[in-house]
Amino acid sequence: MPFNIYDFSGTTKAVDQFLYSTMSPTWAFVVELAIVGIIILLVYAVVGLYLVYAERKVCAFMQNRVGPNRVGKWGLIQTIADLIKLLMKELVVIRKADQLLFNIAPFILIIASFMAIAAIPFAKGLQAVDFNIGVFYMMAVSSIGVIGTLLAGWSSNSKYSLIGAIRSGAQVVSYELSVGLSLLAVVIFSGSMQLSVIIESQANGWWIFKGHIPAIIAFVMFLVASTAEINRGPFDLAEAESELTAGFHTEYSGIRFAFFFLGEYMNMFIVASLAATVFLGGWMPLHIGNLAGFNHVMDFIPPIVWYFGKTVFIIYVIMWFKWTFPRLRIDQLLTLEWKYLLPINLVNILVIAFIVLMGWYIK
Amino acid sequence: MNSVGKYFSDIFYGIKSLWKGLMVTGYYFVHPGTIVTQQYPENRKELKMFDRFKGEVILQHDENNFHTCNGCGICQLNCPNGSLEIITDSVTNEDGKSERIIDKHIYHLSMCTFCGLCIKACPSNSLAWGQEFEHAVFNREALTKILNQPGSLIKKTPKEPKAPKPVVTDTVPTSNPAN
Ligand code: SF4
Ligand code: SF4
Repeated sequence: MPFNIYDFSGTTKAVDQFLYSTMSPTWAFVVELAIVGIIILLVYAVVGLYLVYAERKVCAFMQNRVGPNRVGKWGLIQTIADLIKLLMKELVVIRKADQLLFNIAPFILIIASFMAIAAIPFAKGLQAVDFNIGVFYMMAVSSIGVIGTLLAGWSSNSKYSLIGAIRSGAQVVSYELSVGLSLLAVVIFSGSMQLSVIIESQANGWWIFKGHIPAIIAFVMFLVASTAEINRGPFDLAEAESELTAGFHTEYSGIRFAFFFLGEYMNMFIVASLAATVFLGGWMPLHIGNLAGFNHVMDFIPPIVWYFGKTVFIIYVIMWFKWTFPRLRIDQLLTLEWKYLLPINLVNILVIAFIVLMGWYIK
Repeated sequence: MNSVGKYFSDIFYGIKSLWKGLMVTGYYFVHPGTIVTQQYPENRKELKMFDRFKGEVILQHDENNFHTCNGCGICQLNCPNGSLEIITDSVTNEDGKSERIIDKHIYHLSMCTFCGLCIKACPSNSLAWGQEFEHAVFNREALTKILNQPGSLIKKTPKEPKAPKPVVTDTVPTSNPAN
């Protein structure tokens, strides 16, 4: 089986051929689905757990603390222990809750983020589905998650949950616009919505460099708006521990709570990978124009390392936001979106369209 | 025009102040030396508690095993939780008079809320806060302590001549005699 750390398409093709040659096409298809599903599930669990760990460490260092450091070396298996604890907790049944909605709400959240992962290109040839409308698909799927939040708040039949859910609804509806518009910037630059094409178009430099100041503005806008979209601090009004206890998941316990928790971190991961893919070239190594020597040296670092490096960097920035800024009030939140982000984004799109029309960006 | 200028200056001021905040946390993140957390069981040897730390109530003894408690019982009366019990004894002193001395100054650490009223109330400043904090025991009885050390004695201070009484004059009217 050919295995190449620089290009996974050979490996996946070999697996594909092997399966189709050993069993009937229907079974081969089913087995392939199962393999992809299990791999994504594993990635999901491991990445989710270690993001929680990373968050706790980052926040601790920013607050002059040490963070988890007792379970395992440097506390590395702390979050796994926490998960086991949560698995063994009682699932409290809320008597006045809408049982059906209450039970499916965490799954909607998880499924939304799960679907988004499918379209993420982790490395060359390591992408479950490569839609020709990848960017659009990611946006559409990631906003399904808010339905989970709304349902959770509505069905728990508790005032805190409902306020949290309604806030989250207002927030996502407004910030979705800015996320879309800032992604549109790169869609205009690269002329495609397909994630793999967007990555290929960055072979001679990432869009954040090639697109001049408008691309940088779009990148910052995307970071701010997507932080708000995934309900993370400083925009975590839906949870707002200090005023709403835990917002929409106040009534949840045990593994259902863990689902919300994991879902939040996976959404952060998805947003960070989308930002890395669209603005920072995804798995594409750092290339500068046609400096062949420099580009060649950069090619020695495997694409998967590039991908995770960029994603981790953006995740760190998002965590940095959370542990620095105080939470916004709901009116400030809406002011920020409708008075600042949206107009700036619209003007930015106009400028980018003009730049692309005149061919003033680095091709 | 003014409002347009304000719009943009708001944006730049906002970004500037946010950046300032980011720099503070960013500095902490890359400087592990700023961590203030004490790693407790590891640093047990060199750990020194702070002066104002309330570990437990102790009866102060000097190096010759003398304390200043005369067994008046005021601390017992002041303790809101009944954590203190004073058991006194009487001895005959060198003048041939019978005198009250402390027999057992019993302190129930398990009932103490560390309010500090006993320490404030003691007229002879015999009590103080100790710095010991590792109080975990397997048997509740171990938390009942006798504060006066075995064989300790009350420190006799030579009697000072009484200070002259302050002269009370009626010329200054008191504002509220009821208090
Ligand atoms: S500190 Fe308060 S509770 Fe404790 S013994 Fe003294 S008076 Fe009682
Ligand atoms: S400790 Fe102080 S208040 Fe308590 S009995 Fe002794 S002298 Fe009196």
